[in-house]
Order: sequence, then C-alpha cells, then structure tokens
Amino acid sequence: MASEAGPLFGAYGIVKRFGAFTANDHIDLEIRAGEIHALLGENGAGKSTLMKILYGLLEPTEGVVTHRGETVRLGSPEAARRLGIGMVFQHFSLCENLTVAENIALVMERGLSRADLARRIAALGQTYGLHLEPDRPVWSLSAGERQRIEIVRCLLQDPKLVILDEPTSVLTPGEAELLFTVLERLRDEGRALLYISHRLDEVRRLCARATILRAGKVVGACDPRAESAASLAAMMVGEEVRGIAAAPGAPAGPERLRLDRLSLPAPRLHATALRDITLAIRGGEILGIAGIAGNGQAELFAALSGETTVPAGAVRIDGAPAGHLGINARRRLGAAFVPEERNGHAAAPGLSLSDNIVLSRHATAPLTRFGLVRRAAARAMAASVSTAFDVRKAGPDPAAGTLSGGNLQKFVVGREILAEPGLLVVDQPTWGVDAAAAARIRQALIDLAARGSAVLVISQDLDELFEIAGRIAVLHGGSLSPPVARAETSREAVGLLMGGAGTPSEAAHAA
Amino acid sequence: MRLDLVPRGRRSALSAALSPALAFLAAVLVGGIAVALMGVSPAAAFTVYFVAPLSDLWSLQEIALKAAPLALIATGLAFCYRANLWNIGAEGQFVVGGLAGGMVAIATHGSEGATFWVLPAMLLTGTLAGLAYAMIPALLRVKLGVSEILTSLMLVYVAELLLDYMARGPLRDPAGYNFPQSVTFDDAARLPYLMEGDTLHAGVLVALAAVLLAAVVLGRSLFGFEMRLVGASPRAARFAGFGEARLTLMAFAISGGAAGLAGIVEVAGKIGQLQPTISPGYGFTAIIVAFLGRLSPVGILLAALVIAVTTIGGEAAQIDLRLPLDLTRAFQGLLLGLVLAADVFTRFKVRLVPGAAR
Repeated sequence: MASEAGPLFGAYGIVKRFGAFTANDHIDLEIRAGEIHALLGENGAGKSTLMKILYGLLEPTEGVVTHRGETVRLGSPEAARRLGIGMVFQHFSLCENLTVAENIALVMERGLSRADLARRIAALGQTYGLHLEPDRPVWSLSAGERQRIEIVRCLLQDPKLVILDEPTSVLTPGEAELLFTVLERLRDEGRALLYISHRLDEVRRLCARATILRAGKVVGACDPRAESAASLAAMMVGEEVRGIAAAPGAPAGPERLRLDRLSLPAPRLHATALRDITLAIRGGEILGIAGIAGNGQAELFAALSGETTVPAGAVRIDGAPAGHLGINARRRLGAAFVPEERNGHAAAPGLSLSDNIVLSRHATAPLTRFGLVRRAAARAMAASVSTAFDVRKAGPDPAAGTLSGGNLQKFVVGREILAEPGLLVVDQPTWGVDAAAAARIRQALIDLAARGSAVLVISQDLDELFEIAGRIAVLHGGSLSPPVARAETSREAVGLLMGGAGTPSEAAHAA
Repeated sequence: MRLDLVPRGRRSALSAALSPALAFLAAVLVGGIAVALMGVSPAAAFTVYFVAPLSDLWSLQEIALKAAPLALIATGLAFCYRANLWNIGAEGQFVVGGLAGGMVAIATHGSEGATFWVLPAMLLTGTLAGLAYAMIPALLRVKLGVSEILTSLMLVYVAELLLDYMARGPLRDPAGYNFPQSVTFDDAARLPYLMEGDTLHAGVLVALAAVLLAAVVLGRSLFGFEMRLVGASPRAARFAGFGEARLTLMAFAISGGAAGLAGIVEVAGKIGQLQPTISPGYGFTAIIVAFLGRLSPVGILLAALVIAVTTIGGEAAQIDLRLPLDLTRAFQGLLLGLVLAADVFTRFKVRLVPGAAR
C-alpha cells in the first residue's frame, strides 16, 4: 500500500500570510496512503496554519493542494471532508450543551436516524476500542472522553487522510497505547495520517517520515526512527533543548499544605465527587498527582484554589485552616494557582498581558491604590514575567490571546512563580506546550521547590511527573492513593492505579 | 459564495476613531436618499436636521436637556453591558426614580420649613428607588437564575402603569380641575436654572459629573476591571476571585441608580410635576446610545449628543418640511447599525470567497 505511485495528498509552495506575518513560507509536504507522517515544530512554527489549510479552514495566500496528483480547492471543511480529509483537533470543537450523539450528528449527512447513529458509534467503539455513551452531554465529559468523540466523529466519515493535532496530550499511557493501536490499524487499512505531536518518542515509535517546521519554513525531513529524540528536538528548536536539573532530594521544610479528609459532593451531574482525600506536602517538595482526565482533577483543583469552598479544616495552608476561604484569601496566605485551561481560566484572551497580571495578582501585589489599578506597575510586572520566562510576543503589551500556547503557558506559570508562593498548585503545567517551553516550565517548578516552596502538580503526563515529582499519588474516581516516593514506584504501577487497580502493593504483585 | 471575516492583526487607533465618523457619514448619505425619495431636498433636510439645531441658543439648550438623561442612563447601562448583563429595563427604573423622587416633592409641598434639604432628598430618593427597582431582576437572576432580559423589560410596563395610576389617582392635584397631574413643585423642589430666563437646568451638570466619574471607575479602577473581566471571561473572573453574584448586583445597582437619578432629574428639572408619562422613551433610546458610544462613558456622551441633535432636528423637520418623526427613528436605527458594522470592518477584513456555501 505504502508503495503506491504518487502521494495521496500534496501541498506545494504553500504560503499563508496574516497581515505582515508569514505563518507558512513556501511549504512543501507530501502524504502517502498507508503512512503516518509526522509534522514537527514548536508552537508558532506554522503547524496549525498548515493543518487548517489542509482541512479547508484557511485558504493559502499562494500554493496548491493536490489530491492524487490533481489540484483541488479546499474552500471549506466540508469540501475537505468530501475529499476524505478528517481532523482531530487539539482544542476540541464540540458543543458543550449537546450530547455525544448530537455532536457527532452535526458532521454527519442529514437524515441519519438516532438509532442508526448510536449503532454506528457503538460499532466503531467495538472495532477500535473507543467507548462512548451517546446520550451524555459533552459538558459532563473529561478532556480524554471529549477527544474520543473527536476521533469517533472523524472515523465515522471513513477518511482517507486523518489529521491529528497533539492527540495524546490528554491520554494516559494506557490510553495512548490504545490510540497507537488504532492509528496503526488505520495505517494498515491504507489510510494516510498526519500526526502532530511534541512527544518525540511517540513520533519515533509511530512515524516513518517526518517533516520539521521552524518559523514557517520546512527545515528538514527525516525518518524519525533513525533519529534520537534529542536530535529531533534540536531540529525543531534550532538549538539543543536544555536538560532539566535534577529534582531536589528529601524534603526538609515545614508542612505547607495539608488536606484532611477532603470530601466534596459532585458539583454537577456527571462530575466527580472527591472522597476523603488526605495529603501533606512540605516545603521543598514537588508532589505529583497522576490520573486520567475526569477522575476529579478539576474538582480537586477548585477545592484547593478556593473556587469551590469546603469545610475550614479540610484544607490547611501553612497550618492555617483555609477550606472556607475564597481564592484571594488563600493567595494572601501565600498560595498560588495555575489552572489547566490557559484560555479563559488562567488568562482572559481578549485582555492585555498587564490586565492578566492584575487578574491573579490584584489581591497580593501592590497593583491598586485607592481602588484604582496602577497600570504602570502592572505593565512592569508583565514585562518582568515575560523577561524571566522568555515569553515571545508581538508588541509590548499585546492581548493574551495573541500569544502561542507555549508562550501563554510560560506567562501564566511565570506570573504565579514570580509571586514567590509558599505553595503552588498547578494543573497540567505543560499541556499542549512545545518541548522547549515545557522544559523551561518544569525547571521553574523544580527551582521554586528548591527555594523552599511546596509544589503540587496535577498532570496526566507520567513522563513529566517522573521527571520532576519527588512523590506521586494517583487520583482515581475522586479518591487519592497514598503518595509513593518516585524511586519506589514505576510507570507500570502508577498506570495500574490510574486504571483503578487497588493499592500499589497489589499493583506490584500483579505486575 | 460566502463571506469570510478575517481578523486584522491589530486595530489601529486611527481606524477605531474614524469608524464611527465614517458610519455617521454613511448614515447621512442613506438618510439623504430616503429624504430625496420623499420629495424633499436633501440639502434642506440636512440644514434642518443638523445645522439649524446647532445654530441657535434655544435648541442648543434643548439638545443638552435631551442628551443629559440619555448620557446618564446609558453610562449606567454600560456597566451592565460590559459584564454581559442585559438590563433593558432602564425605562422602568427611570420612571420609578421620577415617581419616588416626585413624591418627596409632593409630600413637602407648601410646607414652610422644608427648603434646602428637599431637592437633595428628592435626588437621593429617586436614585435609591431606581436602584431598588433594578434589584428585582438582579436578585431574580442571582437567586433563581431567571433571565434578567425578560424581567427587566416586563417591569418597565409595571412602572409605567404605576406612574399612570398614581398621577391620575392618589397624587392628582386636588385643585387641578381633574387634570391627571400632580401639583406643580415648589421652587425648593426644582433644579435651579443655570442661566436666568433659560431652560438649561443643573441636571445637565449632574449627568456630566456622572459620566466623568464612570469614565474613571470603568477605565481605571479594579471594580471596572472586574466588570470587563466578567464580560470577557466569566471563568477567569472567578479565578481572579470576583464573585459573579456580587458583580451582578453591583452592575444592576449602578445602572438602576443612574436611571432613577435621570428620572428624578427630568421631573425636578424640565417637567416640574408628576404626569402620567414622564419619559419619551429615554430608557430605551439609552440602549442605542450605550452601544453607539461603544460602552465607554466618553463615547456615550458624544453619542447622546448625536441622538439629541437628530431628535431635535427631527422635530423641526416635522414642522418645517413635513417629514414624519418615524424618519428620525429610522435614521437613529440606521446610525446604530452602521456604527456596529463599521466596528466589524475595523476588526476584520471581509473577503468574498467563491465556492461552496457553508
């Protein structure tokens, strides 16, 4: 199959300009049937633009797209779908208030009955192991489950080319394994896949060819299996990615956060209730909480940040009862928070960076006088965050939404770290962030802990947790497993706990 | 064939300032065509609409008197609309403010000792009454999740009918030959005139002060930041520790209070007594003014003046050129539509894309 004559899809001389900015600069790309083709590049390298052109969401300023050697016009996603191009988005394009089946029906041909659709969803779930409940509303689903909808929705179109944007960023290792099996099966069925990921080991495992973009240009093409992760990263970034300095050893500081039988009923239908979560973190320590999306991470984060209040004694910050306090009162106790979603939760995309400084720091930094915002002070603070964390932006104080994902994440993490919090709670610190930015963020977390702060990292990325956390606990079904020192556990043991398999000792016996 | 809106990289300050001016020009052109089709010379109409009102002292005062309540109400509404709260009941809050403040004047009518404190008491009562009236939709939204759009609108009719009943019934002047109106207020209960023998009263200054205060609060204060943030990103506002319920109540309190103040200013200034109707729809026109001024207090002030000019000009056109008043309303609506459209053009490039419609 893979040795068919020409490429299935080709893009030649693609140029896309936004005003003065050239997002794609004469890009050539060929995708053959029966291959998984990797598209690598940092955030802002032009991958998303290229994908959107292939999916008909954007039209190129110059250049042509071909299908089996013939020039085609992709005027809309519908046109792209008719040609057999499907897409799985990184930021899900689902309607929150519709059900799973309704969201899928949105992209299907008209006149398909509900029962038929449900049957087809179930059949697809059977074939590929992508289980979905058709009648659940999307807002009640975790990120991982939402991605499953995107994939099923795409596969129902029987696509010839599937574009996947950072597909494993919300999956557990087990789920990712399952996805790889699905992708390999799709490849063996003769479909072409365009695979965008920052996780170089995945690319090396799955893909036979890779095209590497940097600053809108193709800077290389290679067989990723013949390269090392470091050499791929170097091609993407144009420099060697810094290794991360070793995580600190045994914690010595005082206890900075204690959770005492923290329970919380599910805030909404289908949300997860928290059950008897007990935990203590000392200064100088990074504690990682692993878990599959939708197992109570959002609820736990809200209870820790004070966006949801709980009984006073359930959360103690530096010994002070804080469960009943709101988020700003907890910030005044020396805590800082970085939510999972940077657009619209950690930051307001439409507001300037200095306004976004005011957003989380107005209660704890000297940013107001007589109720008025000191704008110069906010701008100065935004500038120092940008300098300290190498946030690349257009103009001195642009809207947060104009930053690339990695740069905005560096900004929101930097904003909190520069407050020198005694306790930092961060949810998915490097979700969908390029390798260089991720390394910088992880290093900053390690450095913060080394300065005596307690850091709580909620992450679905096991590699990340094993890289930076001293102890790891697993959140499953709203319950937290006892934290275990990193040296005394393994990915397999943690993976089993994430799947809900009892205690670490049982897991060890099972393994 | 379909239209694509492509975001422009950055919005230049020049285009942002120019777009409403261009929109105004376009509205004048379209209006001119309409006038010509009705058999009237567009040049004559332009003179009557826009030149004459600005060229004599009496109509300049009338413009200021019309613009003042519009600016005051619209400024209050800007707080709500910035926070994505849709108070469209300012007309009702205006009427209730005028009624409650007017009742203070009627209660103290003719009494000897009551002098210096009557007017401040009226203004305060009117403001608080408008505020309290706005709390009904606000509390219903916060406590029960009722749409504030419906409740605030429906309460307009309640307020109007209440005033109608009061002016015809309990508050009617017993010595007024059964005319449906209250006693004429004492001088102590009237806003002083700014110039002897003219119509311009101190209410204009009240409106001006409120607009300036709002400009500082909205643009510079943490509270104004909260409003903008809640409107732009509710979840980020929670992360910032701003309670949505508190902000909803605050926004409604401000807009209701401003509308109530405008109501009592109108009653104590221009009208001087309670009548079955005290507003020619200021509370609704102010919604147009708020958006025409793009929810910024200074813009609102300008927009209020533009609307006032067209209203005064429209009245003159009715008399001089026999052009219907509806034409004025149509023009105001056209102006709003064009300003909003011009805003879109400054933010996006519009491209015509040949090919399949979506």
